[in-house]
Amino acid sequence: MTNSNSKTKPGAPLLASFARSGNLCRKLIQTFVLLAAIFLLLGAGDPATRFTELGHQLMCICGCNQILLECNHVGCPSSDGMRNELMASLTRGDSDSLVEQGFVQKYGPTVLAAPTTKGFDRAAYIIPFAALFLGFGLIALVIRSWKSRPAPAIADGLTPVRGAELEQFRDQARKETDL
Amino acid sequence: MAEIGSFALLLALALSVYSFVAGIIALAFQNRTSLQLAGASAGRASIAAFPQESPLITTLRQASERIGETARRAGIATFAAVLLASVVLVICAFRDDFSIAYILHHSNRDLPGPYKFAVLWSGQEGSLLFWSLLLAAYGFVLRLRYKTDPRLFAYASVVLSGVQIFFLLLLNFAAHPFAIVQGTIPADGNGLNPLLQYPEMVIHPPMLYLGYVGFTIPFAFALGALIMKYPGEKWIHITRRWTMVTWAFLTCGVFLGAHWAYSVLGWGGYWGWDPVENASLMPWLTGTAFLHSVMMQEKRGMLKMWNMWLVFATFWLAILGTFLTRSGIISSVHAFAQSSIGDWFAWFLCITLVVFVFFFFKNKSHLRSEHKLESLVSRESSFLFNNLLFVLLCFTVLWGTWFPKISELVQGNKVTVGAPFYNRVAIPVALLLLILTAVGPLLAWRKTSLESLKRNFLWPTIGAIIVAIFLMVTPQSWGSAFGLKPWQDISYFYSLMAIALSVLVTLTVASEFYRGGRVISKHTGQGMFASMVQLTHRNTRRYGGYIVHFGVVVVIIGFAGAAFNQDKEMEMKNGDKMTLGAYTLICRSSTEDDNPNFYSQWAMLDVFKGGKQIDTMTPVRRFYHASQQTSTMPDIRSGLNEDLYVVFEGVNQDNGHPILRAHLNALVMWIWMGVWIMLIGTVLALIPNAPAPVRVPAPARAARTHAEPAVTGD
Repeated sequence: MTNSNSKTKPGAPLLASFARSGNLCRKLIQTFVLLAAIFLLLGAGDPATRFTELGHQLMCICGCNQILLECNHVGCPSSDGMRNELMASLTRGDSDSLVEQGFVQKYGPTVLAAPTTKGFDRAAYIIPFAALFLGFGLIALVIRSWKSRPAPAIADGLTPVRGAELEQFRDQARKETDL
Repeated sequence: MAEIGSFALLLALALSVYSFVAGIIALAFQNRTSLQLAGASAGRASIAAFPQESPLITTLRQASERIGETARRAGIATFAAVLLASVVLVICAFRDDFSIAYILHHSNRDLPGPYKFAVLWSGQEGSLLFWSLLLAAYGFVLRLRYKTDPRLFAYASVVLSGVQIFFLLLLNFAAHPFAIVQGTIPADGNGLNPLLQYPEMVIHPPMLYLGYVGFTIPFAFALGALIMKYPGEKWIHITRRWTMVTWAFLTCGVFLGAHWAYSVLGWGGYWGWDPVENASLMPWLTGTAFLHSVMMQEKRGMLKMWNMWLVFATFWLAILGTFLTRSGIISSVHAFAQSSIGDWFAWFLCITLVVFVFFFFKNKSHLRSEHKLESLVSRESSFLFNNLLFVLLCFTVLWGTWFPKISELVQGNKVTVGAPFYNRVAIPVALLLLILTAVGPLLAWRKTSLESLKRNFLWPTIGAIIVAIFLMVTPQSWGSAFGLKPWQDISYFYSLMAIALSVLVTLTVASEFYRGGRVISKHTGQGMFASMVQLTHRNTRRYGGYIVHFGVVVVIIGFAGAAFNQDKEMEMKNGDKMTLGAYTLICRSSTEDDNPNFYSQWAMLDVFKGGKQIDTMTPVRRFYHASQQTSTMPDIRSGLNEDLYVVFEGVNQDNGHPILRAHLNALVMWIWMGVWIMLIGTVLALIPNAPAPVRVPAPARAARTHAEPAVTGD
């Protein structure tokens, strides 16, 4: 679109503003993605951090329904042994997934504090985000349908205020109320 | 006494059934006479204005009015009967009447008085009786206020009676609180669960139940309005205060539960995503969505169908929560004992769903919205997205709560759905919601120009970015939330985002107060603070709502602090030191004590910070004689920046040394402060608006009075 064309179209400045906003949005999204990648790549931790992280992804199996590192039962028949096992695995140099697999094999899948991202467990994570996108889609449809509805009828002799005139009234109201 | 209680419950059931049946008959007659009288004008609210009616119709109308009145009075009498049953149960608890199984299982002779009172809601049967009592109390108030709109109130009264019948059937036939002990009556009771022997436990269940039960009222009005095709939005105005009060009770109940968990359970946290906790959160989320979307219906006549579903979902989820707690279908650390009443709840849930769906589809043409949307950048759009996110959060919690069961059905094995799942799924959605909380109030109804949005949003955004950078560059020695490095851990990233967005919301709320106050100040010449007070008083709902938003962000900041928590466990003999963060704890001594209710062990710890003693803490562990159960009483030193939380975990059996665990929990106090702010905001929003001052011109030339423009809109 050339400048001369944009001058002839009444909505052109707004479109240009949208285009500028679009560029800005793209740059912001790119920056965000880059930063997120950096955060994720830098997230690898030392053994103590890994112990804390993994210990918070496992459950104590004594029946208290608590995260392994949050189980506070003195004399708990399970948590001390499980913590020692976790530390031993980390000392051996096992990867996170190997540690988790070891615990699952020994104590069953309920030892993991959250569903895995494999098999049917994936549904636990997919469904809420799918619902989010579905919801956004539905709202987009609703908004489109509401926007396309005809304007309510106006009494005879009156003409609806639109376009520049409406903006002028809005500006006036804004100035007078300073809001 | 048990006979009196049982009789009162049976009487209450009979009265409820009468109120329900007679109410339906009266409404059916009224509808019929309306139809006969007015023919096509069946929609008119009153038939009294019709001058010509046949004697038969007059008789029918008078008969239906009389039957309706008896139904109303029966509803009122139900309250008296359920109250009598509740009083009898409390008296039995105080009289240590262990011939009643419920008292035997939930009380003992040495239980302190306030907890004997709390016995009423401490077990399965008593808590159902308490639920029924609160429902009857709400119904009592509703039926006394029937003159506001007799016909709508009559419909709501019938719906309430229907719900009440269910609870009274449960109490009379499935979970009788006055069941008698068979055989020899023990000399003493089993005692109250130690975890419930805490002052907040005397308040938390009533608050939560007031919230759960209270949502029956908006549901009753909504269903009533749907059945009778109630014209206009008046039912929304009538139920607005009910809904807000109920929401405040539920908020209070949920957070009292969190505070109780924090103060009693001794694991250092306040929210464990347990199914029972989730059960209280779900109706809160849909109730909050309803409080927002209902404004769309009031202001623009939109979202009528959606609001019906929201109010129904809120009621239904409150009952679902009770079903989860009591059926044993989902394992939970603090569910009631498993029993058959889960089946009763399942049937009730099905019946209410069927009834609602039937009337919804029968009368949905009545709920068509009237207005169109003018712009995507408008308050209406923001409410749509706000509702989507609230409902999605609710769905996520529901999905997470049921997923272990679904997994068991699909793949044959259960999985655990704990905090890590909700952190991954719910936090991003909650952050989106926080963005909307910041943007929403800046959008005008119908249409907002991008320029005005930019102008209003610029400074708050700059402020939020400055605070985020400040939190990242400051040294960690300043406190838990300083020196934040979001790239070190995803939880730090979320925390930084939550705090920055909270600042954004705070600044937008502050700018709304400032700009509104400036307008009033300019017109009246008052100071800015007085102007802002006046501004709030002129539109309490809007500005009360902003204060609630501010309270929410304070709570969010408190939640964000969880990323910086630290803890340490140590066996400590006298003189041993434990260092955690900036604190050093030295064990001065450990000792024990005994009284008729419990035996206790406790440690005395001197707390040092910066080389200076600042406190002495005494965490306790109790062993209750009657129930043979232990309980911890953590000692918590609360501060704005962090809580030092010390738990006496037990004693090493080999050497007798106490084992202590210390937690350094960041920003927890912000949560409790935020809740107070939310409640203050809700109370403000309930206050009626002050009328805008009317400026009267000089008498000689005064042809008209001139109203000063007030800031309007929610």
